[in-house]
Amino acid sequence: MDPALEELKEIVSIALGESVMDTSESRGELSIQVNRQDIEGVLTYLRDNVNCQFKQLVDICGVDYPERDERFEVVYNLLSLTHNRRIRVKVRTGGEAVPSVVGVFSTAGWFERECWDLFGVPFEGNPDLRRILTDYGFQGHPLRKDFPLTGFVEMRYDDEKKRVVYEPVKLTQEFRTFDFLSPWEGQPPVLPGDEKAEQNNEGEGA
Amino acid sequence: MSQNQIKNMTLNFGPQHPAAHGVLRMVLEMDGEIIDRADPHIGLLHRGTEKLIENKTYQQATPYFDRLDYVAPQNQEHAFVLAAEKLLGIEVPERGQYIRVLYCEIGRILNHILNITSYAMDVGAMTPMLWGFEDRERLMEFCERVCGARMHMNYFRVGGVARDMPDGLAEDILEWIEQYPRMIDDIETLLTENRIFKQRTVDIAKVDKDTALDWGFTGPNLRASGVAWDLRKAQPYDAYDKMDFDIPVGKYGDCYDRYVVRMVEMRESLKIMRQAIEQMPDGPVITEDRKVAPPLRAEMKGSMEALIHHFKLMTEGMHVPAGETYTAVEAPKGEFAVYLVSDGTNKPYRCKIRAPGFAHLQAMDMMCEGHMLADAVAVIGSIDIVFGEIDR
Repeated sequence: MDPALEELKEIVSIALGESVMDTSESRGELSIQVNRQDIEGVLTYLRDNVNCQFKQLVDICGVDYPERDERFEVVYNLLSLTHNRRIRVKVRTGGEAVPSVVGVFSTAGWFERECWDLFGVPFEGNPDLRRILTDYGFQGHPLRKDFPLTGFVEMRYDDEKKRVVYEPVKLTQEFRTFDFLSPWEGQPPVLPGDEKAEQNNEGEGA
Repeated sequence: MSQNQIKNMTLNFGPQHPAAHGVLRMVLEMDGEIIDRADPHIGLLHRGTEKLIENKTYQQATPYFDRLDYVAPQNQEHAFVLAAEKLLGIEVPERGQYIRVLYCEIGRILNHILNITSYAMDVGAMTPMLWGFEDRERLMEFCERVCGARMHMNYFRVGGVARDMPDGLAEDILEWIEQYPRMIDDIETLLTENRIFKQRTVDIAKVDKDTALDWGFTGPNLRASGVAWDLRKAQPYDAYDKMDFDIPVGKYGDCYDRYVVRMVEMRESLKIMRQAIEQMPDGPVITEDRKVAPPLRAEMKGSMEALIHHFKLMTEGMHVPAGETYTAVEAPKGEFAVYLVSDGTNKPYRCKIRAPGFAHLQAMDMMCEGHMLADAVAVIGSIDIVFGEIDR
């Protein structure tokens, strides 16, 4: 591991103490998992501490892992221009509100809106938590893994009513997904059907 | 003396406004002709790119990146292939790296020409648009000659680029590099000291250093505010560490500075392009790892193994080891990044696209407040937004 990252990891885990639940490092990128309630404090520390100086919040993004107890992960990517370093801060939530960090970084506003829109993760304290990317009056949260790729409604212009109308999706051909995964390599060596024999090992995740 | 109660007016700007650069709908709360609050409504071009990518293999995902920022498609592809390469842990052959750098800089100039000229048109100058597009067309010809498509190149592959440059292309690009500075000079004579242009842009939407960082500004917009930060220098990828170029930095962070920074960046890009062509070594352009890149057509005629590799790669695709990475490139508009989560299968588990324009547009409210309605147009032009990437 890069000594500078190692040092940063030390500093962060000592200073933030119990807020930090886990740290990991892979491919030269440091990622820390913190307690959901402490996210605001953690980001403030990372922004203001002399050794961190993560002055820029470049991205907030959600990830959905339906098999976990707390299925959503909210990932904050920070950048320090002074030290030329990046850090990733993660919190987990099962749908409970995550404290908003708009007060720490103004840019968080829209990123949180996007996360709310696409994953349905609410952010407590965001002054303007409306949908952002999807249509006005859209139902559901499209980037969840249980949301179908084709969606539920489609829109067209109705010539008689002289306005656009929403209708349930009609597909002339069933949506097809091809399972190309070869059982020989690259995959965990489980042939289709074999997983029933190993039901005890559930929850490992591929 | 009668007192009239003046109410604020709400004004819809767009989505069908020529200066809205696509499908921006902005709800402006006006106090007379002064903007009180700007509320951009985005998402009218939302195509669900991230969801689609989750359902496609890694090779099938790159064309989607062309359609994000369709003004400079190659730079977006670059971010994705770099992310996938990082997870796969493969090295790109030198020649492939140089070709990528060359085309990324072509993308940068493509973008800056479009932005500067259409920005000038927004504030009233028509000629730069007519002049600039001639060279834009030449650049797109270079794109066409290398991959067959003028705009949506789909040229960068995980592990390198799709094919080598044809004979004579490098010479033609060099020739173009020779003559292009004259066009930059010409456009500068029209704009840089132009009284009307300066009246419309100087001191409009000034953003200082700290505000720019706070609002997540990147790229030329951040540099215009006086922060010398460029990922090509700070965190070099591919062959950028071997290139010699300067980073233009603004002073006041107003609309005019943002224009000047882009103008100078074009000249720097030409420097990089020249170096890339001159230093370009011979050799393969894509990795020889047959689990990632398809074998040569000729090889497939004789080798059973090559045929199998090709078939598996074109149907099943490559398997990317489980892991996650946040990989950023300096796209013409700013930091364009991909947060890629892989679960070890042939499809990305999650592919978050960090578009620079998203953060820039968010700052519209902050930048427009207290300015006149007509200035909103100048601000939109100067922050360089394209809806393909913002709405995804």
